Order: sequence, then structure tokens, then C-alpha cells
Amino acid sequence: MSDPRPARVRVTGPPLRRHTPAARTGDIDEQTALGDVYLGSLLREQLALAARILGLLALTVGSLPALFHVFPELNDLDPLGLPLAWLLLGVLVYPWLVLLGLRFVRRAERNERDFALLLEVLDEDEP
Amino acid sequence: MSTDGVPGLVALVVVSLATLAIGTYGLRISRTTSDFYVASRSVRPGLNASAIGGEYLSAASFLGVAALVLTAGAQMLWYPVGWTAGYLVLLVLVAAPLRRSGAYTLPDFAEARLGSRRVRALCSLLVVAIGWLYLLPQFQGAGLTLTAAVDAPEWVGALVVGAVVVVNVGSGGMRSITFVQAFQYWLKLTALLIPAAVLLAVWAGDGSPDPHGGGSGWSMPLGTGNEGLYTTYSIVLATFLGTMGLPHVVVRFYTNPDGRAARRTTLVVLALLGGFYLLPPVYAALGRAYGASADDTLVLELPRLMLDGLGGDLLTGLVTAGAFAAFLSTSSGLAIAVSGVLAQDVLRDRYSGITAFRVGATVAVGVPLAAAVLAPDLSVARAVGLAFAVAASTFCPLLVLGIWWRGLTPAGAIAGLMTGGLGSGAGVAWTLYDGSPASWADVLLGQPAAWSVPLAFATMVVVSLLTREAVPRHAGRFMVRLHTPEVVPLDRG
Repeated sequence: MSDPRPARVRVTGPPLRRHTPAARTGDIDEQTALGDVYLGSLLREQLALAARILGLLALTVGSLPALFHVFPELNDLDPLGLPLAWLLLGVLVYPWLVLLGLRFVRRAERNERDFALLLEVLDEDEP
Repeated sequence: MSTDGVPGLVALVVVSLATLAIGTYGLRISRTTSDFYVASRSVRPGLNASAIGGEYLSAASFLGVAALVLTAGAQMLWYPVGWTAGYLVLLVLVAAPLRRSGAYTLPDFAEARLGSRRVRALCSLLVVAIGWLYLLPQFQGAGLTLTAAVDAPEWVGALVVGAVVVVNVGSGGMRSITFVQAFQYWLKLTALLIPAAVLLAVWAGDGSPDPHGGGSGWSMPLGTGNEGLYTTYSIVLATFLGTMGLPHVVVRFYTNPDGRAARRTTLVVLALLGGFYLLPPVYAALGRAYGASADDTLVLELPRLMLDGLGGDLLTGLVTAGAFAAFLSTSSGLAIAVSGVLAQDVLRDRYSGITAFRVGATVAVGVPLAAAVLAPDLSVARAVGLAFAVAASTFCPLLVLGIWWRGLTPAGAIAGLMTGGLGSGAGVAWTLYDGSPASWADVLLGQPAAWSVPLAFATMVVVSLLTREAVPRHAGRFMVRLHTPEVVPLDRG
């Protein structure tokens, strides 16, 4: 891991794709300022996405104890014949968690795809 | 022994035989591939997620939740919610990077990320501590189940499960464990789902007796007063953040082909866990409607309480089978994780490879087994809750900061792990010694996560900033490895 950097090698020969892949990945491999910008953009996107999902989780599920603490009369509601807390914590929370997870997976994969496009190792029309 | 014990005994034998048969089948498959670990890296998300679910749903989920909810009401629903939401947090913050790190265990990750043997040693210690804390209630639950099913003394069940696990792990059962665990998820789900459906029909036939009776506190999702609010948030924090730090959870991520598959697997796990946790509250509500006694064997006793004759016997057999699957799968996973660490980091100098692993397995199971027999009074879900608090106060900051912050240093990691470990450890010791919350000090120690987790994070960050010059040189390269998709050809160190 702390090996000396490998010597830079010039890639010659006809390109196998319409774009030449090695160019931009080289910046990351050699940890140039530009490479740091590329990696930093991916990291920031993914971290912001994580923060958004966790924020949503805290706002919806995480706020419930405080809500019931401040408004104990919520406990008297029973929509659908179940006490509100049971309906929320026993049933509805699970599909909500799966939905949040699904949204995260889609967005995270899109961010990674954008990163690959940026580095020109993927073409727009590739899956 | 009366004939009451027959369904339970049959269930126990059937589960054990099925487990062995599937294990043997899996062993054969894995032997036909040149390298088991390569084969297991191609485990598809569906199968892998079932295996994760099978390993994760323990005695606390199968027996503990229903009993806790019956006793204390909706505030205990936070346990299953947190155990599921923990997987969402894990998915969002660590799933793909952890797989891409190539680490097989938490100590492996720590050493690869920070390049420090001392951090590794500390992590190994914590894996063993958390593993033991988590194994203890599995053995207790096994004792309770066997007592309820066939009227055996409590230590018998613990000993049976302990022995099966040691033999299984020691004889190299690890190779086939994916199939066994996947089977056990579906067994556990069936074993709760079918009886729940039948008992709900019986309940409707009895004119739907109301489970509400006796105080509205039962439907309140937190305890009374500020202590109740604190305790609830502490449980939320411990379970949401602790899942990612459980030793037997991390190992499974290595079996995914790549980071993308790790995410998809986790998503399926979320759905599987959510489906399962719909069921225990049903047992709690029915138990309340029918006046069941409030202890950890509620799930096992409810079928006979509500249904006479053959129907009750069959359903009792089914839930007993599910309970045994829960003990076997979770304790096997934990025993593998703990004995791996013991063999690798403690016993390696004294014994050779396989002997070290076998001695490790014996120690890994023996210590919590002895504790379970000697201290049988601790509530099953409570002890598991403490294991989560310790994991959330130690491995959660290490993983989150290690993955997302280049600036973490070995000294910062050690300081944070010690602070979080000692803080939450004090809580554990206090609860094991005297679990009755009377004053605020008891409340704070009984559920330490709400203060020990932020404290551990803060310590890790501050000490890392103070020792800034010690940031590992390969940190940048490691970040590339953790976060870039595998399709991009990069130097990952």
C-alpha cells in the first residue's frame, strides 16, 4: 500500500473503444490534483445521498418518540382499529424502510455510473 | 415426561436432521469448485440475503420481541424496528465500501485501513466481547425453549445447542453454512407465519377478544417521563447504529461478488427482516387477549393456550422448530466469527491452524455457555440490546469514519474504541450486576448508547485531528478502493 508509485506508462496502439479509457483514470491513480477532484466529486455525491436518506429516516421514524412524548394524546388515535403507535411501528415502518433503501440503491448506482462516464470508461449507451 | 413433550422433541430432531442434511449437500457442492471462497463470492443476492436473514434473526427476534411487547407494550416495538433500520443505516453508510475493502472481518478492515497492529488487536478484543454478549442470550433462550417444550432443566438446552455448534463449527461446517442459514430464514418465517395465521383465525372465531384492556400505556411507543424518552432514544441509537458492528454480520458481506451486489443484497435483507418482524407483535397482542403469562416462552406456549388437541400440538412443534433454528443459526454464525478471531489473533502462537480453530471454537462457545448456565435471569432481548450498544459505541464510529473520512488515524481509532468500549461496557456490567432502573444514573448506565456513541465519535475525531501527521500514507488509495465502482480500472493498492 505504501509502495512507490508505478512508473508512468504511455499506452500506444489503436483505441479499443471510441474513447481512450486510461486518460482520466491515470489522474486518480497518480493522485494528481485533478484526480482528487474526480474522486472527491464521487465521495461528496455519495455522502450527500447518504445524509439525505438518513435525514429522512431521522425525520420520519426518529421523530416518533419525541412526537408521542410532546403530544401524548396521539396515543388515543386508532385509525384502522389499531392504536397509532402499533400501526406505525408494527406495520408501516417496514415498507417505508424498504422504500428508503430502494431509493438509495438506485441513486448510488446512478452516481457510480456518472463517475464511470466522467472518467470515460463507460459510454452513454452502455448499460 | 408426559406426551406434552412429543411435538417439541420431534421438532428438535427434525430441525437438527434437516440442518445436517442441507449442510452435507452444501459441502458436496462447495467441494466441486476449485476454491470455496471464489464460489461463495458468486452467491446471488437472493440466496445471500436469505442467509443473512437466517443468521441475523436470533432468539431475541424469535422469542424475545413478543415477550417484551407483551410485558411492556409498544415501546418495545423499537427493538425490531431498530434491528431492521440498522440494515438501512448499514446499507447507506458501509455496505458497498465494506465489500470493496476486501476485508473478511472487522479486525481485517481496521488493519487494512489504518495499517496498525494495535488497532487490530483492540478490534479483536471487541469482536470477542460483543460475540460473547450476543451468544449468552442464545444459550439462555435454548434452555428456556427446551424447558418449555420437553420440561428439561434449563442447562440442558443450552448444552445441546452449544455442543451442536462446537461440533458443527469445529468440523468445518462453515463451507456449507450459506445454504443452512438460508434454509433457516425460511424455516423461521414459516414457523411464525403459519401459527400466527391459524391463531388469528381462532381469535376471530372466539369473537375477537380485545387485547387493549388494562391501561393505555401498553400502546404508548415510549416509557413515561424524561427517563422513558431517554431510554427509547438510546435503544434507537444502539440498534440503528449497532447492526453494522456485529461480528457475524460483517463476514457475510465478503460473500457478495462486488459492491453493487452488496447493496442489492442488503436491500433484500431489509425486505426479509421487515416481513419477519410483522409477526412477533401479533403473538404479543394475542397473548394479551388470552391472558398469557409474560415471559420469554410466550411464543412457544401461545398455541396450546389458544388451541386444544392435535392442532395445538402441531403448532407447538412448528414454533419450537423455528426457535431451535434461531439458536442454531445465530450461534453458529457468532461462534465462527469469534473462534476465527481467537484462532487468528490469540491462539496462533500456541497451536497450529486447525487445532487453533477448534480450540478457539471451544472457548468461543464455552465461556458464554457457562455464563448462561450460571446467570439464567437476564432477559434475552435485554442482553442482545446491550451487545448492540457496545457495537454502536465502538465499531460504528470506526467503520463510518474509516470509510468516509480520510483523516482517521490509528491513535484516534484506539482512543475512540477505548472510550466507547469502556463507556458502554460500564453499562453492560451495571445491567448484569443490577438491572433495575431507579435513579437517572441507573437509566443512563442501563441504556448507555445515547451518550457513549456520540462520545466515541467525538473522541475519534478529536484525537485524529491532534495526531494529524499520523494519517496513513495509503489512506488516499484506500479511499479509491472503497468508493469507486469495480468497472472503472483503477489502481486500488
